[in-house]
Amino acid sequence: MNGIARFLMGDTTADRIVPPTGFTARLTTFTAAAMAFLAVFALALSLASGRLAERWSAALAQTATIRISAPSDQMAAQTAKVMAILKETPGVASAQPLTDAQQKKLLEPWFGPDLPLDALPIPRLVDVRETAQGFDAEGLRNRLAASVPGAVLDDHTRWRKPLVAAADRLRLLGLVAILLIAGATAAMITLAANAALAANGQVIRVLRLIGARDRYIARAFVRRFTLRALAGAAIGTVLGMGAVLLLPAQNEAGGFLTGLGFQGLGWAWPLLIPPLAALVSFLATQAAAFHTLRGLS
Amino acid sequence: MIEFHHVAYNYGGGELLTDISLRLAPGSFHFLTGPSGAGKTTFLKLCYGELHPTAGRVTLEDRDMRGFSRDEVAQMRRRVGVVHQDCQFLDHLPLAENVALPLTATGQPRRDDDLEALLSWVGLKPLSGHLPPSLSGGERQRAALARAVITSPDVILADEPTGNLDWEMSLRLLTLLVELNKMGKTILIATHDLNLIRSAKSQVPARVLRIRDRRLQLAGSDL
Ligand SMILES: Nc1ncnc2c1ncn2[C@@H]1O[C@H](COP(=O)(O)OP(=O)(O)OP(=O)(O)O)[C@@H](O)[C@H]1O
Ligand SMILES: [Mg+2]
Repeated sequence: MNGIARFLMGDTTADRIVPPTGFTARLTTFTAAAMAFLAVFALALSLASGRLAERWSAALAQTATIRISAPSDQMAAQTAKVMAILKETPGVASAQPLTDAQQKKLLEPWFGPDLPLDALPIPRLVDVRETAQGFDAEGLRNRLAASVPGAVLDDHTRWRKPLVAAADRLRLLGLVAILLIAGATAAMITLAANAALAANGQVIRVLRLIGARDRYIARAFVRRFTLRALAGAAIGTVLGMGAVLLLPAQNEAGGFLTGLGFQGLGWAWPLLIPPLAALVSFLATQAAAFHTLRGLS
Repeated sequence: MIEFHHVAYNYGGGELLTDISLRLAPGSFHFLTGPSGAGKTTFLKLCYGELHPTAGRVTLEDRDMRGFSRDEVAQMRRRVGVVHQDCQFLDHLPLAENVALPLTATGQPRRDDDLEALLSWVGLKPLSGHLPPSLSGGERQRAALARAVITSPDVILADEPTGNLDWEMSLRLLTLLVELNKMGKTILIATHDLNLIRSAKSQVPARVLRIRDRRLQLAGSDL
């Protein structure tokens, strides 16, 4: 920690040995700012899809539906049989056959209010709520098949899985984007540092000849680029967080898109971006500087 | 302390220096002469490890310089002050800071009155705030000499330090080097200036080396 503090405070004479280079300085600051801005969004995307995956799996995991298809004269008997099986199944918290009115309401958006429900061979739905432990879906399915052939268990996993997988994939993409951004930042800062090192060949030669150590020479460059990256990334992060803040608030209709912001402690994550950018810049410049210095006597 | 053992050097073409053996004893004063292109600058570069011999070895206190780590090379150069033929500076820093650079870059304390005294001795005090690119050739040479001696190094190697200077200023610089030699410093000056050599020999027991036919010889009355 002491070392870091000393590095950041620096000693002014060591800083002055490298001439101010307006162009690479602005380039580095701009690159760091732009990358930090993008990183904020990648992070927001990653966090939001993580939340989404969690919410979907939590909301869907606790419910299931049993669909009973039977001729209308047997419907009541089969429903009763299903209810009896459910009662004996561990992990089922409650089970409730939907009434005609409820079923009608479910179908209304598709078929309109005048649906003659009685005239159609509509299956009966039973709404099942699981306990926290959940039930053994495969066992229940087998038992239903044995005694009520017309009953089909739909535990939502079938359509839940791809949704959760998609959200997980999205989160992964966000993380990959952050890694790519870090890599691109390192590459661009390496290029800028190499340009600065090449432009200051005479400075480096003179310093070597009067007995300055590699570490001393490298530090002057590394410090400069690290501080620029830190400042640029701080600006980019603040702008990125501001932009995320200005996104429309989360609501049901917007779904995923409006949920893109940070929530609660999530706001702390982007604060890691500037120090990380500084670290990336430190390592990249250090490598570039020592590589150049090793080429000189 | 610096010793050459059967040293040869070539830049990739023919051999430039052949079978050179020499000991720069502590406190000795040497001149190095020879026609232009004979290899004087090359010889000096071998002395401070910018070049390594293609045959034989150069040692500093019995250690082969070729085996030095990069930090050891830096350490060695703090003990060897060099005036280069093409005096290079940090062009963005004023003259005074350039002269003090060997102190600041190695973390040694810088005494401002010493710096001023040194700058006035080489006649650069009025120019101490000027940037190196605005200096004349002679002014650069004087600044380079001041920079080479500011850390009071054990060895001072000077490559044509008076090439662009008038006689009076040349004598002033020589006096500085002679005084340093009397304090025990080892001095080696590459020069064509016979008057300078004569003047030095009247003050200190200086030896004159000459590069001839790729070899090092003792020249003139020393032969
Ligand atoms: N880096 C190099 N690569 C190839 N040849 C070189 C190099 N440096 C010097 N030479 C050649 O080596 C020879 C000796 O050069 P050097 O600079 O040592 O001569 P010098 O005695 O110092 O000459 P001067 O009195 O003109 O300064 C010259 O012919 C020069 O062209
Ligand atoms: Mg020369």
